[in-house]
Amino acid sequence: MKAIVKVMLKEGVLDPQGEAIRHALGTLGFGGVEGVRQGKVIEIALAGEDREKARAKVEAMCEKLLANTVIERYEIEVE
Amino acid sequence: MHAGVIEFPGSNCDRDLAVAFEAAGARVSRIWHKDTSLPAGLDVIGIPGGFSFGDYLRCGAIAARSPISRAIVDFANAGGYVIGICNGFQVLTETGLLPGALMRNAGLKFVCKPVGLKVVTADSAFTSRYEPGAEITIPVAHHDGNYTADSETLARLRGEGRIAFTYVENPNGSLADIAGILSENRRVLGMMPHPERAADPAHGGTDGLALFKGLEAVLEPA
Repeated sequence: MKAIVKVMLKEGVLDPQGEAIRHALGTLGFGGVEGVRQGKVIEIALAGEDREKARAKVEAMCEKLLANTVIERYEIEVE
Repeated sequence: MHAGVIEFPGSNCDRDLAVAFEAAGARVSRIWHKDTSLPAGLDVIGIPGGFSFGDYLRCGAIAARSPISRAIVDFANAGGYVIGICNGFQVLTETGLLPGALMRNAGLKFVCKPVGLKVVTADSAFTSRYEPGAEITIPVAHHDGNYTADSETLARLRGEGRIAFTYVENPNGSLADIAGILSENRRVLGMMPHPERAADPAHGGTDGLALFKGLEAVLEPA
């Protein structure tokens, strides 16, 4: 089983790297880019078959390590 | 004064921090990150600068979950003194001992230069040797020193006088020019600038030495 965790900065937290990407896209001539947010994706290979248990486990992983919930939010997808 | 300096893989200011503690009269124990307990009779812990665990995931995130960090949290919760400098500050926010987080510098560049700091409060062991409002010069060297916290946390830090240092000219976009903050019991200090790099005349400045001397005064009974 695979879990995919998406970690993004919370709304309202300024993302200097996203801003730099937005700026560079403008420099390349891409118009109409109103905002860019950069985050990360973490893939976790998990033993076991129970999706609900897997989700609960990955949620605990997010709270304890994968995301800093002071500034970040996360989404979990179990495949 | 018995000081412990933590060493993570990628710490690179551990020796300088140990030398600064020694210059202030401390006996120093170097403590490995895989240790699960601290040496007996420790008065203060220093978490040094560097790039612990390669800054993987988030600066300080892996170090904050390493075995020794559990002992550091217990030590701090029992009223122990802890100073985290640069990466050490990042580790302290990741453990939750200090509020807020340190993000990528607003200018996206690694900033390495001496900066002016304002001593906002002298009400802590670390800052007691400075005059409140004094301006001192201490080097910074970081890529992720952009302190952020929600407005509630900022109001609390201000209201409780827990902002220890602010930048005279903000080099990284940090909220309210914050360079260093104190815990609620004022015994845990996190700061991005490196006082251990301004602790000997050969460094080009000695404004950081008073911070370590201040600890000595508190921890050595007269």
